Amino acid sequence: MSDGPKVRVEEKLQYNRYLVDPGKPHIAVAPHETPSRNLQAMTTICPAGCYANTATGQVEVVADGCMECGTCRILLEPSGEITWSYPRGGYGVLFKFG
Amino acid sequence: MIERFDAIVIGAGMAGNAAAFTLASRGLSVLQLERGEYPGAKNVQGAILYANMLEKIIPDFREDAPLERHVVEQRFWFMTERAHTGMQYRSEEFNEERPNRYTIIRSQFDRWFSKKAQEKGAILLTETTALELVQDAYGKVIGVRTDRAGGTIMADVVVLAEGVNGLLGTRAGLRKTPKADQVALAVKEMHFLAPEIIEQRFNIQGDEGVVIEAAGAVSEGMAGMGFLYTNKESVSIGIGCIVSDFAETGTSPYQLLEKFKKHPSIRPLLEGSEVKEYAAHLIPEGGFKAVPKLFGNGWVVVGDAAQLNNAVHREGSNLAMTSGRLAAEAIFQIKSRREPMTADNLSLYEKMINDSFVMKDLKKYKDMPALLHTQSQNLFLTYPQLVSTAMENFLRVDGTPKVDKEKATVSALKAKRGWTGLVGDAVRVARAWR
Ligand SMILES: Cc1cc2nc3c(=O)[nH]c(=O)nc-3n(C[C@H](O)[C@H](O)[C@H](O)COP(=O)(O)OP(=O)(O)OC[C@H]3O[C@@H](n4cnc5c(N)ncnc54)[C@H](O)[C@@H]3O)c2cc1C
Ligand code: SF4
Repeated sequence: MSDGPKVRVEEKLQYNRYLVDPGKPHIAVAPHETPSRNLQAMTTICPAGCYANTATGQVEVVADGCMECGTCRILLEPSGEITWSYPRGGYGVLFKFG
Repeated sequence: MIERFDAIVIGAGMAGNAAAFTLASRGLSVLQLERGEYPGAKNVQGAILYANMLEKIIPDFREDAPLERHVVEQRFWFMTERAHTGMQYRSEEFNEERPNRYTIIRSQFDRWFSKKAQEKGAILLTETTALELVQDAYGKVIGVRTDRAGGTIMADVVVLAEGVNGLLGTRAGLRKTPKADQVALAVKEMHFLAPEIIEQRFNIQGDEGVVIEAAGAVSEGMAGMGFLYTNKESVSIGIGCIVSDFAETGTSPYQLLEKFKKHPSIRPLLEGSEVKEYAAHLIPEGGFKAVPKLFGNGWVVVGDAAQLNNAVHREGSNLAMTSGRLAAEAIFQIKSRREPMTADNLSLYEKMINDSFVMKDLKKYKDMPALLHTQSQNLFLTYPQLVSTAMENFLRVDGTPKVDKEKATVSALKAKRGWTGLVGDAVRVARAWR
């Protein structure tokens, strides 16, 4: 529905501060063949653009830019399609203003 | 060595700080855990602070709290793609000695509030994520395990002020994860502008502030709203919609925000600003029917974690502060009687909250969340468009006789919703509002 040039999420995330915990992602997608509707929806509705399709049609998550909002947790944790935790204390997004 | 406290508070947001402050002021030993680098590092709000609820905790907060502007004007906008129809309320009465509403910046405010709790004696551990509740053989909560080495800490009672994603409570089975139609996802940006520019653009002086709330085409038919708040030298702008609507439509929240910013009524207000942050957060919007069990053996839950949020009036922080304060007062009373923190005794907190504005307000609007959801196409797209068409018909002078213009307005209304639809909608809204 919205027209005009699309904004890239990277342009927005660059304003933010993060402390990434290397090698310890706080979100993981469970193995699957075909993503469910909600899992597929995450590729457009995650506000940080963390979810994307792989070449073979599955959905993967790279949570470095995650703002820990919990939208994917609400939609996918109860069904076991993802596991979702907070990053280790002090890591993750650091809002200066919030 | 196992450390032991009268109370552990999970989280240093609005609810947690209110609870820690109140408990520590009454002389209880309090440990507060916060996963962020500092209190507020993880927290996002519009943000309007309601003074009354903070006054009940810190009466002289105006002396040193980081307040941005006091709100003297509220604008409600019904938006179509290219127009808005507005209702505006501005009053000199809001320029009172002790103003009623302020804009704040959460990250800064939370640090201040937490410092106040620490001055009263609460011990704060930041960069510490609580991982799970520790329960005894009978299921009574007796402490928490954290992600620090040797991180088990014991307490008589745990106050869960862990916010909308409250993992501790859901993992322990004390409450369910909220459903997708009970939470809204909001995205927002901080736009910096010189104070003089803000004052000129919004027709304000000194510390006066303006709030704009915008419903209609901006949410593309989803149940949701846009908002714009003036701070001292920045403007907070954002938009939030129900998560299940995002999931069903696949709408990208940041494209939605981008479109809102470019609306012809909004764009000139942001012209030339420097963006310094982009944030996202959930808002509990399930209302009264979504409120979970509030207490049990050795625990209470307060604030967003308990879905205590009034979506109709956009209030959350004041319910969070009030529930935190009431939980602390209940705990203090039980402690003073030298009684244990059993579910029976802690039910006092529920009684106190039922008697307060928190539950009374949530009860008043108990049917509103469902209505907004099932009627979102009509309420957020059709009606704003109809109002806009009526306004344009009324204002545009083009030689069409006025009688014909009025007829056109009425038949547009009828064609879009039909008489029964119109009457039905009016009755449904009136019922939910009662
Ligand atoms: C965009 C937006 C606009 C809003 N506008 C308004 C408004 O104008 N007025 C209003 O009154 N309300 C508003 N609200 C609602 C308001 O922000 C919330 O109701 C309020 O923040 C709730 O406070 P809380 O203390 O319950 O939760 P939070 O403020 O979320 O605090 C929870 C705290 O717990 C910490 N935590 C969580 N889990 C753990 C753990 N396991 N270990 C350690 N720490 C943990 C978090 O880091 C966080 O600091 C808005 C919300 C949003 C998202
Ligand atoms: S928590 Fe929010 S920002 Fe993080 S991956 Fe999930 S939806 Fe995206």
